[in-house]
Amino acid sequence: MVTLNDYLMVSGLLFTIGFAGVLLRRNIIIIFMALELMLNAANLSLVGFSRFNVQNGLPDYNAQVLVFFIITVAAAEVSVGLAVIVALYRARQTTHVEDITSLKF
Amino acid sequence: MNAAPWLILFAPLTAAVVITLFTLRSRQLSSYVAVTGVFVSFLAALAVFAGPDHAAGFNWIDVGIFQVPFGYVIDDYSKMLLLVVTGIGLLIQLYSLGYMADDAGQSRYFAALSLFMFSMLGIVLANNFVMMFIFWELVGVSSYLLIGHWFERPSAADAANKAFLVNRIGDFGFMLGILMVWSASGTLVFGDLAQKWPGLNLSPAYALAAALLVFCGAVGKSAQFPLHVWLPDAMEGPTPVSALIHAATMVAAGVYMLARVFFLFEGRWAALGVVLWIGLATSLLAALMATQQDDIKRILAYSTLSQLGLMVSALGLGVPHAALFHLFTHAFFKALLFLGAGSVIHSLHHEQDIWHMGGLQRRMPLTFWTFAAATLALVGCPPFAGFWSKDAIVATAFGRQPLAGLVISLVNFLTAFYMTRLFVVAFWGSPRSSSAEHAHESPAVMTTPLVMLAVPSVLIGLPFIAPVFVPSSEPEAPAILAVLVSLLVLAAGVALGWRFYRGAAKDPVHIPLFANRFYIDAFYGRLVRYTQDALSTIAGFTDRWIIDGGIVKGLSGATFWSGFALRFLQIGNLQAYAFLFGIGVVLLLYIILFAS
Repeated sequence: MVTLNDYLMVSGLLFTIGFAGVLLRRNIIIIFMALELMLNAANLSLVGFSRFNVQNGLPDYNAQVLVFFIITVAAAEVSVGLAVIVALYRARQTTHVEDITSLKF
Repeated sequence: MNAAPWLILFAPLTAAVVITLFTLRSRQLSSYVAVTGVFVSFLAALAVFAGPDHAAGFNWIDVGIFQVPFGYVIDDYSKMLLLVVTGIGLLIQLYSLGYMADDAGQSRYFAALSLFMFSMLGIVLANNFVMMFIFWELVGVSSYLLIGHWFERPSAADAANKAFLVNRIGDFGFMLGILMVWSASGTLVFGDLAQKWPGLNLSPAYALAAALLVFCGAVGKSAQFPLHVWLPDAMEGPTPVSALIHAATMVAAGVYMLARVFFLFEGRWAALGVVLWIGLATSLLAALMATQQDDIKRILAYSTLSQLGLMVSALGLGVPHAALFHLFTHAFFKALLFLGAGSVIHSLHHEQDIWHMGGLQRRMPLTFWTFAAATLALVGCPPFAGFWSKDAIVATAFGRQPLAGLVISLVNFLTAFYMTRLFVVAFWGSPRSSSAEHAHESPAVMTTPLVMLAVPSVLIGLPFIAPVFVPSSEPEAPAILAVLVSLLVLAAGVALGWRFYRGAAKDPVHIPLFANRFYIDAFYGRLVRYTQDALSTIAGFTDRWIIDGGIVKGLSGATFWSGFALRFLQIGNLQAYAFLFGIGVVLLLYIILFAS
């Protein structure tokens, strides 16, 4: 029997992998993908909550609505973020975070 | 309600306002307005003098238990002084018409003079402490204006400042004294206080402090030691101003005030003792200083100080009547002396050094004779006015405190000496400068007031005339001894002065201590400078190290260095930021979930 805990475990695992990717990778595009992974981890846990919070024979749609919001925001964020990355690449010919240090003291 | 006292008070004020607002352009018109104002005042004063004693007023300030009326009181004291102030003030304004004839600031001068008359009359008429204090300060302001009339001369501006500041010191004490009196008795009206004060159950120290603080005001205004330093410097003003300030009005205010509030001192021997010895010290010191001055007006100034000291010591002896009697006679002959000196100065083209005068008795006969009369009155030669008023003080002094009597006799001796010196050097002998050779008698507008002042200087003290004006005191036993001593010291002083100065070309006596006024002015200068230096050092240290260094620099330094330290967190590594951010989130979660 698959329980809520299992979903949350997978979700937490995905989140941790995503966070580790953000912290450890040096390529901005990879960092971006890791961010997406973290968002989807959140989505997964929300869907899990929805599935296991059944009232009057219906799942909790509040959580599912929230998932759609997150997907929308993520799509917008990706479009802006990729545009920034392209612009950055055109200016600096790099997508590595170590090379972007203009604001460093 | 009787209108005459209000007329006395407000006629000069009206004149001052009219001059300031409308006639500043016309010197001639301004002087006439001022003279008219004081003339109206004088007529009203005559009417009041002939009328009955009374008092009136209205409630002016009424805040809870604090009530101040604005009113006047007409009694023997104020009647006498009203007559003196308006009468002598009138003569001095007439004299000023001649003396200030070619002064560009004439309008300003007459406006200030009228304001001064208003202030002084306010003091005389006041029926309560607050009103008196306000007019007291007004006298200070207007004397500042008058002493500094020739303000383009730095010495005159300095003298005006000095007079004002020194007076402020005394006034501060006066104000504290008034507050003490009020907090003890709850009233400020003289009439109520006089009845209430002796019955109040006060600790002797409190009563003493209140009395002495009030006395402080008189010390400043009447130029008693140790606040006497302003008066000789006030000679920088025009001579008629000196006559007004040093004869009839400003310096008289202190003595008059003490007589008015004598109930504070009545029977309190400690306070009276302080008053007595301050008066005697002033009197003696000033007389000694006068013997070595060369400026004719300064000699008269020190003589004024000395005579004021006598009046104050008369108060200290417990006889305000005698003090006021001397104030009364002194007002006439000292005004005459100053106006005479002004006449000499005027005709010698502003020469004030007596060693540049001489031989004036033939060239300026009217000035000479009137000055002689005033001198005789001042030294106390019978039957001139000064003899009677001085005799009253000397007799009381010998009767009550023989030591005080001796000091006063010594002062009288010195007075005779320095007045003989002044008189012999300035008027007799041969001219010592070309301006003295070409001296001529002053115009009639100046000599007429001299003559009009000479008459009372001679006659006013006579036993059958004086009681008309002066509140009669219980007659002391006729002290033959005192009279004899007075005449003896008078003769000795005159003889000594004659012996030293007859035909002298320059001063045969040199006593630097006296000539330099006991170095009191220098000492005050040092004192002020050193206290100022010390204060400014402390203030500078506080400003530089505590305010600037500690607070201002401390704040900016703390901001700067914390910012500087925090800058090292900006390492420019995106992942490090994300890591810190993650740690922050974890910490926050931990605190929210587990630590609360």
